[in-house]
Order: sequence, then structure tokens, then C-alpha cells
Amino acid sequence: MKDLFFDAVVIGGGAAGMAAALELDAAGLSCAVIEREEQLGGILTQCIHNGFGLIEFNEELSGPEFAERIEEKLQGTNIRSFTSTTVMELDAGSENKVLFCYSALWGVLRLSCNAIVLAMGCRERNRGNIRIPGDRPAGVYTAGLAQRLVNIEGYVPGKDIVIIGSGDIGLIMARRMSWVGCKVHAVVEILPYPSGLTRNIVQCLNDFDIPLYLSHLTTNIIGRDRVEGVEITPLENGALMSDKAFTIPCDTILLSVGLVPENELSRMAGVELNPMTNGPLVDSMLMTNVPGIFACGNVLHVHDLVDYVVEESRRAGKYAAQWLKGRRPVREVRVKAGANVRYLAPVRVDVQADNKLYMRTLIVKNDAVLEVRVNNRVVKSIRKNHIQPSEMIQLQLSPKDLESVLSAPDPVVEVSIN
Amino acid sequence: MQNASGPFDVCIIGAGVSGANIARRLSAYDLNLALVDSEPDVSFGVSKANSGIVHGGFHHNKKHLKARLELQGAMMFDRLRQELDFPFKRCGIVVAAMHEDEMRAIDQLYMQGVDNGVIGIEMCSRERILELEPKLHPDTLGGLWVPGGGIVEPYRFVFSLVENAVQNGVQLLTGFAVSRAARQGELWQVEAADGRTLQARYVVNAAGLFADKVSAMFGAEDYTIKARKGEYYLLDRMTKAKPDRVVFPVPTSVSKGMLVIPTVEGTVLIGPTAELVDDKRNLATTKDQLDKILSSARTMIPAVSEYDVITSFAGLRPTLDEDFYIDMSAKVPDFVQVAGIQSPGLTASPAIGEYVKDLLKKAGLKLLEKASYDPFVVKRPHVKDLSPYEVDELAARDPAYANMVCRCEKVSEAEIVAAVKAGHTTLDGIKYFTRAQMGRCQGGFCTYKIIKIIMRETGLSWEAITKNSNASQILKDVL
Ligand SMILES: Cc1cc2nc3c(=O)[nH]c(=O)nc-3n(C[C@H](O)[C@H](O)[C@H](O)COP(=O)(O)OP(=O)(O)OC[C@H]3O[C@@H](n4cnc5c(N)ncnc54)[C@H](O)[C@@H]3O)c2cc1C
Ligand SMILES: Cc1cc2nc3c(=O)[nH]c(=O)nc-3n(C[C@H](O)[C@H](O)[C@H](O)COP(=O)(O)OP(=O)(O)OC[C@H]3O[C@@H](n4cnc5c(N)ncnc54)[C@H](O)[C@@H]3O)c2cc1C
Repeated sequence: MKDLFFDAVVIGGGAAGMAAALELDAAGLSCAVIEREEQLGGILTQCIHNGFGLIEFNEELSGPEFAERIEEKLQGTNIRSFTSTTVMELDAGSENKVLFCYSALWGVLRLSCNAIVLAMGCRERNRGNIRIPGDRPAGVYTAGLAQRLVNIEGYVPGKDIVIIGSGDIGLIMARRMSWVGCKVHAVVEILPYPSGLTRNIVQCLNDFDIPLYLSHLTTNIIGRDRVEGVEITPLENGALMSDKAFTIPCDTILLSVGLVPENELSRMAGVELNPMTNGPLVDSMLMTNVPGIFACGNVLHVHDLVDYVVEESRRAGKYAAQWLKGRRPVREVRVKAGANVRYLAPVRVDVQADNKLYMRTLIVKNDAVLEVRVNNRVVKSIRKNHIQPSEMIQLQLSPKDLESVLSAPDPVVEVSIN
Repeated sequence: MQNASGPFDVCIIGAGVSGANIARRLSAYDLNLALVDSEPDVSFGVSKANSGIVHGGFHHNKKHLKARLELQGAMMFDRLRQELDFPFKRCGIVVAAMHEDEMRAIDQLYMQGVDNGVIGIEMCSRERILELEPKLHPDTLGGLWVPGGGIVEPYRFVFSLVENAVQNGVQLLTGFAVSRAARQGELWQVEAADGRTLQARYVVNAAGLFADKVSAMFGAEDYTIKARKGEYYLLDRMTKAKPDRVVFPVPTSVSKGMLVIPTVEGTVLIGPTAELVDDKRNLATTKDQLDKILSSARTMIPAVSEYDVITSFAGLRPTLDEDFYIDMSAKVPDFVQVAGIQSPGLTASPAIGEYVKDLLKKAGLKLLEKASYDPFVVKRPHVKDLSPYEVDELAARDPAYANMVCRCEKVSEAEIVAAVKAGHTTLDGIKYFTRAQMGRCQGGFCTYKIIKIIMRETGLSWEAITKNSNASQILKDVL
């Protein structure tokens, strides 16, 4: 067994992991990135469509191009990347943190380190998770699997397609499958509004005349061997209109019904998760409850743009480096998700530092107001032209915004949207 | 496609848990044996979708053949596990009573268990039952404890039995859908839908749900197997609802009720429902039944949550009256009926093997023990069960043991290759053999990797990659 030591180990070599590693390296610390796939880049490598990097690089790149841009920066650094290597065990109990990684090239690697950055990304929710009853034939795939098959392996999983869920991956795949000559018969969404970005509705559905059924539940999958059809039923005021159910014939069902951060390793290390996001609860330095374990990117919460992932992950890398050099938050307070806020990450802010938070709302609204209160007194108020659950909202909180915390007895910071 | 040699002394139709046990048991003797199944892999019938419980011997009165075989079969599992290396654990069974009148039913079950000679059966107070199974609802009044009950991975059990049978000379023919039969002198001529034929002195009909059809093909007894569907939910191994024991409700007159089962491999199964269906290929799950499962499981174990569901599935019980029907045909010669093998068929199956062997012996089959018979299969390592140090050692021999394919269930490339080499070339076959695609992501990440390994190891083209049957093609085109 090969034994190695690093100041920090980053688990996952997607956009998040690479961005965090670059900061650790820039701070002069030794660091390794462990990635289980053959190449770095994570989910980006299969997203061959454009739409990445508008914020980060000021131009529209494809996923692989975006990944390459970051990967290029790794060259010339001292970052060690181990690809085709899977972190299987994580022990944060002892003095050093220890990771066991499996790879065909190395056998088992035992890495010791003082800090870990979790950047494992997320996985797709599947048919079982949303409990669609019916037959269990071939032809039911998650949209991400289909994307992998088409974009990287070069296989077309089906010809007549219905997409369940209007998340971004599903929308992108509707267009992708149309491009490779498949007929996409419908996108079906249980909510009254689409859950993907507006630009994707326009570019991926409208431009291809693909019908979007909002407020429709998938109630049955039909087909013995291979999918033959899918039954969908309208919802009216929350009630299932069973007599209005209809079946769309198809040979393939793609599921785009949400992503879940991959936190099995985190749990193994004793990291506490936020039930709202399934990601770790982190403090103002993006550190979990386990000292020295940080989290960023989709493993922390599901982001809609990779640019945000990179921004957040840079901070995680920077904070991890600072933490290793002894910096600790000065005075932290908890931030509560108030009215119409689904979650915030991080869940703590440092009163004496500049804080950046990402959040998601529960509502769709024009002319909304985002308010930050300290002990019920509004300290910051921001107008938003339009908000919706699928678009992440950013919030900056400076020491000045949080001044009143210092004098408050039991300070509670609450963020709400109205 | 493999052609049959022969003629065979015995042809066993159906490679479910019944047929597999019969074949393996007979393989200890100097006989020429064929085991045939219509599906592309073994254990794709009733034996793949059930509760996987080695029952406790208290549910049925021993006047029934099925009760006697259950008691006998259950005792044979420890030895079988040592020989055949399949996942099996005696975790014990609790029956939880939630009402006063259910406590009376517990009394009767207890008496029946004692009468059947069940070892260690115990009536429990509320405190005792909660101590045995702390996940139970705090309002549980009491119940029954049967320490000998256990859990098994049914398909892995069948795979091991068949592997060992083949090792001992049994010829396995998959994709062999028996469609016609004729008597030729002393022999049965058995014909498959694809035109292959074989000849055998004796035929065993262990065709599960289709035993009635097979019986008719041979001109034997006329009966009807009815299918009673049981639907299940499978919960993630991280669920807080995972009990230590198999948890039964108090049974009703029609079924043993819906259970909460900690599977040997760490996930949790809840179900099954019980509903007669007309179509014996109808394995669809339905919303109504699935909803029932959740609410029923929650009355016993409140921590059951729909958020832990990773998949649902259904199985069909092949029912014929109340009891098993295992006997020589009274209508045609040299034909053994193994029909109506509903629950506790899995538990009873090793004893069914024994029983059928004795029937054949009485019918004149010569049983000469074979010196070369080896009851052991070669144990295969599973990365999931090994420490990093052990994996490192394995990887020094074969690096593919350190190349992870399925992240959720921790399955390495070497294990997938072993499955393919053992003849499991459908995605489901590989799933049942290795557990890859069985975890929380249900194949979202590893399916494409497995497809590539199957193609590499077998030379099959993308068109031939299927889920579980010829028509269940996975891919439709190449770019
Ligand atoms: C289909 C799709 C379309 C998208 N479209 C856009 C778009 O148009 N524009 C945009 O800006 N953003 C888009 N995004 C979002 C953006 O690409 C992602 O949010 C971002 O790439 C996530 O980066 P990450 O590093 O957090 O996660 P990932 O890219 O998922 O990286 C995580 C990595 O960790 C590895 N890993 C996990 N566990 C282990 C372990 N135990 N051992 C070793 N390695 C491990 C994984 O293999 C993976 O490579 C899209 C996302 C998807 C899925
Ligand atoms: C919901 C449910 C729960 C259960 N739970 C338990 C339990 O917990 N414990 C327990 O002990 N028992 C349980 N059982 C019962 C147990 O699963 C069955 O008794 C057992 O699996 C039956 O095995 P078999 O080999 O007889 O049938 P099968 O497994 O169905 O095997 C028959 C085989 O014959 C093949 N075949 C059919 N027709 C032909 C043909 N014409 N030509 C060639 N091959 C053919 C089929 O493909 C099939 O593989 C349960 C059953 C169900 C449905």
C-alpha cells in the first residue's frame, strides 16, 4: 500500500475540486485531487452544449471547454491529480485525516492530510426516488446517463422519447435527442412552473416545438420488455384528475427529476447534513462541523451555473488554506432561512468578515424584496425583478451590514423574501 | 446458442430455486442431467422477486407438505451456505402484535410453532419484544420471537446452486423455452420454441408460474396456477428504519401480511401486498398497493419514510390450492410435478430437492454416488466486504479489483468480469450476481461502464445488450 501525505486532499476533480485545489496550491500548500473518472472535469465533460462561463470567462463555452480552461491552470502547479481513483473510506477521527483510495494503477492508496475539501458533486434522482409505479422495462434512464451515452459513448438509447421533469439536464437532453434524430414527444412536469432555467425552455423546447405539460404527474410506465408508453395525469388544484389521464406512446423515458448531493463519504466522516439540501451544513469558512473538512460545489448544494460553483469553490480552497495557517472565524452567528427561503449556504456568517451566501427561494415572483433582519430589525433590503426556485440568488453580507449583531444579546440573522 | 447432448437421465424444466435445488442434489449421483430455462439467465422467474426469508416454521400446520418441507429446508441452510457461499443470515423473526385480539393470534401461532418443533420460539412481553427489536412502534403490545428465522439473497442462492450443479456435470440450457413434448419409447422428447430438442428418461416440471402449461404439454394432470402479486418497496441502506430482525405483523387468513425485512446486503425491503392477477407476466407495481405498503410498514416501524425509497418491484406467487403439489404424475410416466410452489418455497427448496430425489428413486432412477462430486463452489471476493488492506493485496494480483465500477454498492471491475465469465450477460443478470446497479443511484452512474465491460468480455455488439430478455434492448442506435 502506498502511503502519501498532503496538507490537503480534494475529493472530486470536477469544476469545484479543481478550483479549490488551485487556491490551496497558490497558498503554497501541498494538495492532491482525487477523481474516480478517467479524466478531470466532472459532469462538465459530458455537457457538450454551450452556456458555460459567461460570468467566469465572459464568453460562452461548452462544458468540456470550460473544464479545459480550468484544467490548463493546473499545469505548472504542484497539485497531484489522481484520476481513475475512487475515495472509498474517510477517517477523520484521528490526529491526521486518512483517506483510502482505490485505483487499478496504484492498488490502494493511503493518503494522510490535515484538511479535506469535499467536492464530490451530485447524483441524479431516479425512478424509485419519485416512485413512479408500473412495469419495469428497459428504456427508463436518467437524463444524465442518456447524456453520457450519447455525448461520450456515441450510443442513442432510444428513438421516441418522453422526458419526465423539466430540470436543466432534461431540457438540454430534449434538444440533444432532437438533434440526433429522435422524436421528443413531451416534457412532463409535476409543478405548475418549469424547474429549469428560462433560457433552456426557450432554446431547448420552444425552438423544437416540444410540448411542455406543466402540472402533470407521471402515473404509470407501460411495457414488458422495452418501454411502450407512459401515462400522465393532470393535476388540478393539487388533485389528480384520473379521468383525464392519457398515454403517450414512446420507447424511452428520460428522468430529469432533480439532483442529490453525494454525501455518503461525508456521512462516514461524521459530517452533519442539511436536510433541505442534503449537503453539509457549513460555517462562514465553508467548513463542516468536522474541523478541517470543507465542502463546495454541487456536493454542498445543487448549483445552476458552473460559474457559481467555481466562485464558491475558490473560496473553499482559500478558506481551507487559511484554516491550515491558523485563521478562525472571529465571531459567527447563525443565519436562518425565513419566509419563502428554502435554504441558505453557508448557514453561518462571520460578523467581522465579508460573507457571500447562495440561496434558493420557494416561490415564483416578480418585484420581490429580499430582506435581512437582525433580531427582527431589517438591516438590508434588496429588490429583485424576478425570482424563481430554479434560479439561485446571491447575497453579500459585510461587517457593516451585520454591525447591529455586535450589540444584540442573542443575535439571530434571518433572511426572507416577500 | 448451446445445443443439448444427451439423452439425459433427467431433464429439469425451470431453473428457479426449486429446479436449481433438484439439479444440484441429483448432481451428486452418476447421472446425465439437463437443467433448462426459457429465460436468458437462471432465477429470472418467481425466485428473483420475493421476500428472501428463511421462514420460522410456525406459520403453517404440519399436516401440510409445505410446512414439513419448510421445517426441513430451513435447517439445511447453514450447511448450504458453507458450501455455496451465498448471503444468508439467521437474524431471527419477530411477529409484532399491535392489538389485544392480535395477542390471541400470537398464542395460537406459538402453539403451532411448538407443535411443529420450532427451536427457541418464545412468547414476548412488550418489553422483551422492544428489546429484541428497538425499531418497533413503542405501542407494540408483545409478540413472538423465532430466533432461527433468517434472510437470504434468493437469486444469489440460485446462482450458486446452479454454478455448483454445472461444476458437477449438469448441462444448463438457457433460452430453452419448452414448448412441446412427445413420448418416444422409454424417453421423453422435449422441444424448445427455438427448435432445439433433447431427450430424457425422466422430466421434472419445476416451471413455477407456468407449471400448468408445461404439464399440459406433456399430457399430464390438468390444473391451473394462479398468480398472486406481491409488490415491494426497497429502501436505501442509510434508512433509519432498518430493523435487526425480520418484522412480521400478525398474519391474516390469506397472507403472512406486509413485513419489514433487513436484507442480508443491508438494504430494507417492505411489502409484499397480495392480489390475484390474471396475467402471469404482469409484474407492474401500482400506486394503490404501494401506498398500502408504506402505511402498513409504518404501523410497525414508524421510522419508515418514503424518502428512503430507491426502487419498487413486484413478484408473483404461483398458487395452486393451499399446498405444494409435488408428486409423480398419475397420468403420464416418468414425469414429476413440482407445482404450486408459493411461499415458503424458497425456505423449503433444499428439502424439495431431497424430496424429488426420493420420488425419482422410488420411480426407478438409479442413484449411484459419484466420487468426483464436489459440493463447494469457489468463493469469489467482494470488495464491499473487504478492508482496504485486503483489497490492496487482491489488486496486486488483479488490478481490476481496485477499479470501482458501482459506487453505491462498491463493486469492482473484477467482480463484473467474473459475473460475465460465469455466464451472466444481461444487465439484470449482472445486477443480481454482483449488486452493481442495485444501490441508491440504480445504475445512473455505472450502467454505461457495465455495458462496455459486457461488450469487451463477450464480443457482443451494442444491439445485443439487454436488460433481461431478448426484447429488452438497452440501446437503439449508434452515432
Ligand atoms: C446536464 C447538465 C447541464 C448543465 N448545464 C449548465 C450550463 O449550461 N451552464 C452552467 O454554467 N452550468 C451548467 N450545469 C451545472 C454545472 O456544470 C455543475 O453544477 C458543475 O459542473 C458542478 O461541478 P462540481 O465539481 O461540483 O461537480 P461534478 O462536476 O459532479 O464533479 C464531482 C466529481 O467528483 C468525483 N467524485 C465523487 N465522489 C468521488 C470519490 N469518492 N472519489 C473520487 N472522485 C469522486 C466525480 O467523479 C466527479 O467527477 C449543468 C449541469 C448538468 C449536470
Ligand atoms: C411476493 C413473494 C414473496 C415470497 N416470499 C418468500 C419468502 O420470504 N420465503 C420463502 O421461502 N418463499 C417466498 N416466496 C416463495 C418463493 O419465492 C417461491 O416459492 C420460489 O421462488 C419458487 O421457485 P420455483 O423454482 O418453483 O419457481 P421459479 O423461480 O418461477 O422457477 C421456474 C422457472 O421455470 C422457467 N420456465 C417456465 N416455463 C418454462 C418453459 N416452458 N420452459 C422452460 N422454462 C420455463 C421460468 O423461467 C422460471 O425460471 C415468495 C414468493 C413471492 C411471489
